[in-house]
Amino acid sequence: MKEITWYGRGGQGAFTASRILGAAATIKGFNALAFPSFGPERRGAPIRAFTKISEEKISDRSIVKQNDYIIILDDSLFDKELLKKLKPGGRLFINTVKNQKQFGDERIIAGDISSLAKKILNRPIVNIGILGLLLPVDDEIGIEEIYSAIDGYMPGKIAQKNKRLLEKVIEEGVTKE
Amino acid sequence: MSQVRFISGDEAFALGVSLARVQVISAYPITPQTIVVERLADMVEEGELDSKFVHVESEHSAMMTAMGVSAMGARAFTATSSQGLLYMAECLGYVSGGRFPIVMMNANRATALPWSIYGDHRDSLSQLDCGWIQIYVEDAQEALDMAIQGYALAESENIRLPVMVNLDGFVLTHTYEKVNIPDRETIDAFLPKRNTWDKLDLDNPVSMAFTVGPELNEEFNLLHHKASINALGELARIDKEYAKITGRSYGNAVKGYRTEDAEYVLISLGSISGLVRDAVDRLRKEGIKAGAIKIRMMRPFPKDEIAALTKNVLAIGVIDKDISFGYEGTVYTNVNSALLQKKIYIPSYNFIGGIGGRDVSVDNIESCFKEMINADTKETVRFMGLEVIDDC
Repeated sequence: MKEITWYGRGGQGAFTASRILGAAATIKGFNALAFPSFGPERRGAPIRAFTKISEEKISDRSIVKQNDYIIILDDSLFDKELLKKLKPGGRLFINTVKNQKQFGDERIIAGDISSLAKKILNRPIVNIGILGLLLPVDDEIGIEEIYSAIDGYMPGKIAQKNKRLLEKVIEEGVTKE
Repeated sequence: MSQVRFISGDEAFALGVSLARVQVISAYPITPQTIVVERLADMVEEGELDSKFVHVESEHSAMMTAMGVSAMGARAFTATSSQGLLYMAECLGYVSGGRFPIVMMNANRATALPWSIYGDHRDSLSQLDCGWIQIYVEDAQEALDMAIQGYALAESENIRLPVMVNLDGFVLTHTYEKVNIPDRETIDAFLPKRNTWDKLDLDNPVSMAFTVGPELNEEFNLLHHKASINALGELARIDKEYAKITGRSYGNAVKGYRTEDAEYVLISLGSISGLVRDAVDRLRKEGIKAGAIKIRMMRPFPKDEIAALTKNVLAIGVIDKDISFGYEGTVYTNVNSALLQKKIYIPSYNFIGGIGGRDVSVDNIESCFKEMINADTKETVRFMGLEVIDDC
């Protein structure tokens, strides 16, 4: 089973993105669960959301302990301790102005998604865009399924812009140095 | 054509209610039930569902409105959770005693105090005696399917009782997963419009919601009791019929997993049941003969089925997301009574966990099995996954 934890702040769309990724996985034929960390729901408060993806039906509805991927929408939530929650071979994707070298850990993939989002969406919402860091690394979920999930589960206007952002991030998102 | 969508338990239930062509929805919003009510309100507003949506000022009124609707011979729906269920408690006995076949969704949530919006089973288990049929589902697909089957069950001529379908708060209500949505024609054929003689009708008058003195009250209780017991067989019959049109079957009021040769069996309700099966698979790999039983229906209580699945085991454990303070978990009380009546004398243990939304992991479940196997304490009722040491 592939297990993913999203870290964001209330209003940044972590739960929405966890659902888009889950929906994309089901379009590809997998089973998936997506759920929030049932904490206080208020703007700005740190929240988590989870996506689980498996070929089998998923009956474990508990929160993710060890991750294949950790996705951080807001770098103020980054903590080196989070790397301990990665499975062997796991990756951490982070939206930040810092470059990858500054983190000094090859498991971390960094990208300045906020700047691209400001240009394309006119606001720094990176929840869908950050999947552009993940897609080149993951060999199961492709961009076509993400597009179908966006079309099926997001309002039309935001959907188109987010697809453009996603393409842009795939092209030039990773900040190596 | 049925279609597959990635939706939450609440959304799945709302779609089930819509497919059941409910005629009146009366509800008051409460977390984590709110989304069901919002989706149904949207469907009515957008003309997708030909139903009346009644905004009421409380859960008490929600239930009494549904009772009035049902008395007119129409199909009524409401939904609630936790404090809302407790607030409408007075009305629950009116509806069941009056034999009104309403279906209600309850989003299982802790009851105050401590205040909590998260899930456990105390709300619905505190209402076992109110005369309703109580069903617990495991995932969003079963939620949708039981919204539909709930009406078939409630309106069966030999039952005519209200049905409460319970979904674990958040773990089911707010978790998104793949759900197969049947098409309208299929469900219309399975669940035709409600057609009853038991309604307010000037041409065919009946006496409804009446007073009974001591000379007959017990007999009315007996009839209610027998009608409830009929739901055990009727659930199994409806399940088979539903399987024919959708391909999905959930079995009877109880579902066993690897119980055939099991020595240790853990019994649970609702969304945690899949995790118990995962733990069973893990223990089987270690050579431990573990098994699981999921209880789908708490009222009527499937005592014969539970006894049949446990008669050859060495010990059983019951997971309760509830404790009746000063005694034990209520599911445990019910299971023990069933075993005793069938002369099954085996050690039994009660594991209290998942209270107020506490996360339950597969490791927690495994340790329940290990505690049963090692019989390492005289204490039969114990809390699982505590964050503090219970040393007092």
